[in-house]
Amino acid sequence: MTQNPKPRKKKHSLNIDAPLHVTGRTIYLDDMPELGGTLYAKVYYSPYAHASITSIDYSEARQQPGIIDIIDHSRIPGENQIGGIIPDEPLLAVDELHFIGMPILIIVSTDELNAHKASQLIKLEVEEKEVIVDVEEAYRRRSFLSAPIHFSLGDAEHAFTDCAHVFEGSASSGGQEHVYLEPQGAYAIPQQQGMKIFSSTQGPTAVQHTVAKVLGWSMNLIEVDVNRIGGGFGGKEDQASPWAAMAALAAHICQRPVKLILERGEDLQMTGKRHPYQSHYKIGLDTSGKIIAFEARYLQNGGAAADLSPAVLQRTLFHSTNSYYIPHVRISAYSCRTNLPPNTAFRGFGGPQGMYVMEAALDHAATALDIEVHDIQRKNLLYESAEFPYGQLAEACAAQHCWDEAVESYDLSGSMKKIEDYNAAHQWSKKGLSLMPICFGISFTNTMMNQARALVHVYHDGSVGISTGAVEMGQGVSSKMIQVAAGCFGLPHEHIKLESTNTTRVANTSPSAASATADLNGKALQDACSQIIHRLQDLLRDQWSLTEADELQIDNASAYVAGTDHLMSWQELVTLAFQQRVNLSAKGHYATPTIHFNKETSKGIPFAYHVYGTAITTCTVDCLRGNYELDKVQIVHDFGSSMNRAVDLGQIEGGLAQGIGWMTMEELIYNDKGQLKSGNLANYKIPDIYSVPKEVQVQYLNTPGAELAINKSKAVGEPPLMYGIGAYFAIHQAIKRFNPQAVIPYSAPMTTEKVLLALYSKRDSE
Amino acid sequence: MIEFVLNQTKIQTELPAGTAMLDFIRKHQQLTGSKLVCKEGECGACSVLVGSHSDDGMIYQSMTSCIMPLINAHGKHIVTIEGLNMEQLTPVQQAMTDQYGTQCGYCTPGFVVSLSGYLLSGGKPQIEGIIAAIDGNICRCTGYKSIERAAADICKRVLPDMSEMSIDSLVSAGYIPRYFQEIDALIKDINPITHHPKAPRTVGGGTDLYVQRPKQMYEAVIQGVYSIPAMNQISIEGDECTFGAACTMGDLYRSTVFQEAVPDADYMFKLLSSTQIRNMATIGGNLVNASPIGDFTIILLALDADLILRLGDHTRQVALKDFYKEYKVTDLQENELVEQIKFKATRDRSHFHFEKVSQRKYFDIASVNLASQIEIEDGIIKEAHLAIGGVGPIPMYLHQVRASIIGKEMNGSTMELAIQKLQEEISPISDARGSSDYKRLLARQLLIAQFLAIDPVICDHHQIMAL
Repeated sequence: MTQNPKPRKKKHSLNIDAPLHVTGRTIYLDDMPELGGTLYAKVYYSPYAHASITSIDYSEARQQPGIIDIIDHSRIPGENQIGGIIPDEPLLAVDELHFIGMPILIIVSTDELNAHKASQLIKLEVEEKEVIVDVEEAYRRRSFLSAPIHFSLGDAEHAFTDCAHVFEGSASSGGQEHVYLEPQGAYAIPQQQGMKIFSSTQGPTAVQHTVAKVLGWSMNLIEVDVNRIGGGFGGKEDQASPWAAMAALAAHICQRPVKLILERGEDLQMTGKRHPYQSHYKIGLDTSGKIIAFEARYLQNGGAAADLSPAVLQRTLFHSTNSYYIPHVRISAYSCRTNLPPNTAFRGFGGPQGMYVMEAALDHAATALDIEVHDIQRKNLLYESAEFPYGQLAEACAAQHCWDEAVESYDLSGSMKKIEDYNAAHQWSKKGLSLMPICFGISFTNTMMNQARALVHVYHDGSVGISTGAVEMGQGVSSKMIQVAAGCFGLPHEHIKLESTNTTRVANTSPSAASATADLNGKALQDACSQIIHRLQDLLRDQWSLTEADELQIDNASAYVAGTDHLMSWQELVTLAFQQRVNLSAKGHYATPTIHFNKETSKGIPFAYHVYGTAITTCTVDCLRGNYELDKVQIVHDFGSSMNRAVDLGQIEGGLAQGIGWMTMEELIYNDKGQLKSGNLANYKIPDIYSVPKEVQVQYLNTPGAELAINKSKAVGEPPLMYGIGAYFAIHQAIKRFNPQAVIPYSAPMTTEKVLLALYSKRDSE
Repeated sequence: MIEFVLNQTKIQTELPAGTAMLDFIRKHQQLTGSKLVCKEGECGACSVLVGSHSDDGMIYQSMTSCIMPLINAHGKHIVTIEGLNMEQLTPVQQAMTDQYGTQCGYCTPGFVVSLSGYLLSGGKPQIEGIIAAIDGNICRCTGYKSIERAAADICKRVLPDMSEMSIDSLVSAGYIPRYFQEIDALIKDINPITHHPKAPRTVGGGTDLYVQRPKQMYEAVIQGVYSIPAMNQISIEGDECTFGAACTMGDLYRSTVFQEAVPDADYMFKLLSSTQIRNMATIGGNLVNASPIGDFTIILLALDADLILRLGDHTRQVALKDFYKEYKVTDLQENELVEQIKFKATRDRSHFHFEKVSQRKYFDIASVNLASQIEIEDGIIKEAHLAIGGVGPIPMYLHQVRASIIGKEMNGSTMELAIQKLQEEISPISDARGSSDYKRLLARQLLIAQFLAIDPVICDHHQIMAL
């Protein structure tokens, strides 16, 4: 029996933002009423991927009507530096240009059209230099952004000699543009003291820190406020900062409010994307199909500066064995410097790239051994206490549980039979099926970042205002935070208002990323709420002269002691507390316990817990034309105990679609000059309503959940993206049904071009 | 002066005719529900409804306001998300809320507008129709499944309620605000716009100009063509179908006359862009844009269409297959306009077929597109017109393929001959739409597909693998 993806408990599925969204009343950055005198900033960026500036002349541009100022690097009062992990990236180019889209000047104008006209009049002369786009070329030249990372478990070198079967090959996966629908932008407003910045960012503190550094000010002079953002997906974790810094710089110089919002084309040209990877694998199995040893080398195309690449690189290694236990592992990863825009965080954060290589290696082995790949997958799934290559042991491991549940409840053998019958009956159309298990670790792998704070005010009329470090970007964290507070205070959610994310209310925040936002901020919020609850309880115990044995409850908008006539409404309780001068505000703090990781040894317990799941994907390939449709994806997912089923289901369906996009149609094309040829939405296609699977079924696996997850409801943001990898291999299967001799390189995305070429490929022509 | 009604406000503006409607809405009217995302008509987040007066009352169509010239609003009713809002959520808004069809929310107003447009255009309670109404709306968060569930809700709960899809009944059922009833009277009296006698540029739907050179368009002196009567009619006399170059793809799609001339062409329209763009893009614009991959150009080449060109009082006729000279160069003289297009109805006389493959199956630019019209009598190919896009500098009429198959039997060896001639005739290059090898292979496959469409057993896959 399968379940329909219907939210079962509607009352728990708060979606606080929906009524605002459907009426268009939600206020995003560009919807804020502008202050009088607001100026508009436009970025003039490098049209060369690698060059030295010999001269730049913007005198004519400066004379254009409406142009207030044109700002270059020399006007930066603080540091011309925006590198988050490694200080290797200037805000504005000085004399070297490292990628097309690298900002050089900020044009400040009274209106956007004049800024555009001025940008056309800038005369840039350069000496062009050799451009490197290809990651393997960068690797050959040992051109790295950071030190290579190595993980190992067991003794892979010797283990291979014991393997009955050893297969080696290469696999590549392409980049992916975030296409957050709201483009990057910021609005900076000079204050009596300091600067206030409204930013479309996942990381308000990152913006604050970067702006402070660029202006040469202390952080307390910068206030960053985020109401919400129209999508982030990692693209606004670190890369929202430069635009805010430029707006703030211009606002500081002109002493007027400055708005800088990128046009779509500019955003596509200038910002980084998911990292393309070129990888080499070697896998060894015994005669029973057990994986004995795995070796891999991952080359990450990092672009022209480090950005978050070293952290992304590390997560590739954390997830390189996906949901499998492999006793002997030796893997290395290299972040290579090329002349592309610096690549950055994107949902999954390097994990998907690692898992894709693992699945390619398994497909390679199965094809060569002429057995079903899911036989190998099943035999090697993680089990309780199995060791990951980084030393953590699998706890509450649901890998096999998810798999078996999927196989059974979705009737895998029945599906396979149906596909066989279909394929026998159709000459020009073939179906394929794949299974994709996932295992994803939850926590920032940089242990320091696993902390959060929250501020709660109970106003003396009984209403509640909450602030956390979480940024709402569509993931439903607003609803979850309100649920947490409402749960703590025993109040209906209408009593709770969630405030904007603001660095003056909640400081030193980690970005809303790593799927951990609700866990970290929710637990900090619980801490704050329970401090207030404890104070109220103390007050009541005193007021009603209760003993320790009396069961005092604060719930259902009232306070009472069971079996007595002690009863007070929430409103009366708050009024009393205010009169008694009880502190009705609290600041909560949370730091994930138990986690640690030693970068020197590459061992530790980096993750609070893991999320598991399995997806079965079925597709139909049109073997005449090479296009394809995804028939259905059937998922069993480990939610723990979901606190908001509808929101969590939305994350599964949305993550899946994004993963499918990455694996199938989303293709970033750069030429050898480093020019992005897919630099608009006419040429870069993301899934439309017809390209997502016709049917998506999601089964909620009942697990106890993890203590370190908020309300035992496991993090759900990133893991489902990797179900999309299943689409790639389902298409592979279908191609092989049409042409058993097909030559199909492991090269994602699986575009219609690659499909058609594979369908009509001939092995002897290799 | 441009005059129209925006939601319930009468607008009279002297702003440049080329101003983008979205800029007008957001910057001049401070209505921020419609979102600026791509400025290419590629995402639908800025969708508005455009209402026109007709003899049967108001007709509403969805369009993307980011690439819509202000002049095309003249005499119309423009409805933004704000113009749909009432005190309570509308049933469409309620369905999107109940089914969690919104995450970050940036695309949501556009979806609500498109879905509401489906109700306003007399939509039937068929899920396919509702989904088709949002085929031009892109969402990056939800994966669309929750939006599909909202559409199913509308299908199940809202539409069956409606016995009659008139403005009055929608108002009384509480689905749209009451002011909709007053609009027809308001816009009927707006005088047609006086055409700028020397406008240097004529703009149709703007769906390509505003993508290619938006900044130039905002201040350009332009004239629109939507309101020129001779350019908006569709008629059929005997076998000859004639339509104005300002007809949009949507106009043809909905036209019973065109359906009579080219039966069973619904699948074809579904492959052409999105609902919003079909409602804006004119056929004349598609032709003069001279893109080597223009879908409708390829279709009209296979229909062996003729163009009526007008320069002042002078008109002339030219065959479409002679219209294209080289890359982006046509036979059009300065200031000359494509006024009308004529073709012979295919009816049951010949097999008409259109094929298109793109990276994304729908709402995308083709890698290769191919159209054909083949007339067979007693198993012999009597006449054939084939056209292909994406494999040369111009939209290609396949003269050599035609010559090679006319008079031949409709069989596998004729098909192989056609394939051979096709490969000689085309000259694809590698670009963002695919490598030249791929385009050659795809062109072959699409040619085979059209032969298979006529005779499903003309070849089997072993034969094709052996080619």
